[in-house]
Amino acid sequence: MKLHVSSRLAIFALLELAARPEQQLSVAEIGEKYGVSSHHLAKVMHVLGRAGLVRSARGAGGGYQFSGNARRMTLLDVILLFETLESQNHDPAVGELSEEGHALREVMSEIDDIIRATLGSITIATLHKLVRRQRERRPRRTAAAS
Amino acid sequence: MRKRRHSPPPDSPPEAALQGDSWQVVRIRAGDVADVIRLDHRVTGLAKPDYWRDMFERYGRRRLGERMFLVAKTVGPGTLPDVLGFIVGEVRAWEFGSAPCGWVLALSVEPQARLRGIGKALLGALAAEFKKAGVNKMRTMVARDNQLHLLFFRSEEMMAGPYIELEKELD
Ligand SMILES: CC(C)(COP(=O)(O)OP(=O)(O)OC[C@H]1O[C@@H](n2cnc3c(N)ncnc32)[C@H](O)[C@@H]1OP(=O)(O)O)[C@@H](O)C(=O)NCCC(=O)NCCS
Repeated sequence: MKLHVSSRLAIFALLELAARPEQQLSVAEIGEKYGVSSHHLAKVMHVLGRAGLVRSARGAGGGYQFSGNARRMTLLDVILLFETLESQNHDPAVGELSEEGHALREVMSEIDDIIRATLGSITIATLHKLVRRQRERRPRRTAAAS
Repeated sequence: MRKRRHSPPPDSPPEAALQGDSWQVVRIRAGDVADVIRLDHRVTGLAKPDYWRDMFERYGRRRLGERMFLVAKTVGPGTLPDVLGFIVGEVRAWEFGSAPCGWVLALSVEPQARLRGIGKALLGALAAEFKKAGVNKMRTMVARDNQLHLLFFRSEEMMAGPYIELEKELD
């Protein structure tokens, strides 16, 4: 499964902001770290703002601040703001009404269920712990990248 | 800040008892089984007294070096039940070639006492017992639709392991 680029950016931005809830970060600062244009990221931030997960701060430099609950916000909550998962896509697939189509669907829905359960059980706070673990495992590489 | 006590109360066998503000994690005793039955009934909606009595015999009395049945118990007076949560674990080896590993077989916390760190303390105490038994990996199997269990174990940084659970209806 590949996440839509907006979902990925949203998760990265939330990780950055949730790690420094007192601070404001600008779209440019976040964009620079992940190598994306401020233009694309600004659209993502707008959606996150509308969902109440971030707050835009006015004034010079006007950045964003985290306003959600990182321990309760799951990756699925964030992703569903930007895309639908396969299991929610109700467009009929080729051959779906045949017995073969049903059998194939049964197999594919196993995968969908696991995706849903996985994304729905990892919160931003949990992902943050996993980031820390990566950092501990690969201290040199991360230091070089940041 | 939660206190950690490393010497257990004299009447309970585990070497690492964890204590919270008003609860502590200790090995189960016969007198706790009825509370475990009640708690599990409340949480799952199913009463299984025979199952839990049998679990107590198997995990709470025998081969205690590799089988663990721990409870979080209220300390001092209060309105909460005596047993606030329980966890059952076992060191298992060589199933389908798997090296010795600590399995978490059951975990429940009293609904009124959730989100106070009791689940975390139970898992921490079990992990300490697993380490004492010489294993350095812990594993569990949870229902895909049990979001609380999944959120909890994920928050403990547990990731999908190398096994897939498969099953089939027997005709
Ligand atoms: C899963 C369970 C054991 C967690 O117990 P708990 O004492 O509430 O857990 P803790 O307070 O130690 O929580 C530890 C972490 O787990 C995660 N977590 C637990 N409950 C959560 C919830 N409702 N939502 C999101 N995350 C949750 C959090 O990351 C939490 O840390 P935080 O509070 O710092 O964010 C408890 O919810 C439970 O018993 N659920 C029912 C289990 C069941 O179905 N048992 C029957 C079969 S055995």
